[in-house]
Amino acid sequence: VVRVLLFGRLADIAGWRERVLEPAPATLAALRERLKADFPELTEALGGRGVQAAVNKVITRGDLALAAGAEVAFLPPMSGG
Amino acid sequence: MVVRLQTEPFEPGALLTGFCEGRTETGAVVSFTGLARASAGSVTTLELEAYPGFTDAEIARIAEAASARFALQDWLIVHRIGQIAPGAAIVFVATAASHRREAFEAADHLMDYLKSRAPFWKREHGPDGSRWIEPTERDVSDAARWD
Repeated sequence: VVRVLLFGRLADIAGWRERVLEPAPATLAALRERLKADFPELTEALGGRGVQAAVNKVITRGDLALAAGAEVAFLPPMSGG
Repeated sequence: MVVRLQTEPFEPGALLTGFCEGRTETGAVVSFTGLARASAGSVTTLELEAYPGFTDAEIARIAEAASARFALQDWLIVHRIGQIAPGAAIVFVATAASHRREAFEAADHLMDYLKSRAPFWKREHGPDGSRWIEPTERDVSDAARWD
């Protein structure tokens, strides 16, 4: 399985913050396609400006294979303090 | 060399007092306290979301790099998460160095980082609903000064 986490406005758009995908998509690109198919409202938001993906808490650019049990987080633009 | 994310309120004066204790070789301590700011009547609460295990690790990584760059002896970062009332302290940064210039610059740098690059998501709740706050152009250019 792969765990998907959404933060900030992405969680509001989807209406959830955490989902387990089973069977697990083999790659990050496949996971994106799966999310777009299952949650069309996320399609635009996931590709939006400044939205980053982290796999197992490491920011990831481009595609990569997802190991079993991977945690994939989608992070909209950040703002603190 | 501590980063702490907490839902409980904190008292910046107490943090500063604790941070200054027992420093015989430190010439300068600089601290910054950020307060939750709200336009009158339009914001009732701020909400800060973090990614536990990622947010704290990223902040520690940046602070360790800043520590080396500015020759810090020590640093402390405390950041509120969850619901925060207007006027409450939301972030506290303290830096300790032999001399003031390094302590000032490191605190300035760390705050610019926390404002626009640290993994937090901030939302304002008010009478007209809620909205997510994204970094301003100024926040982004402030952070880029240190690249």
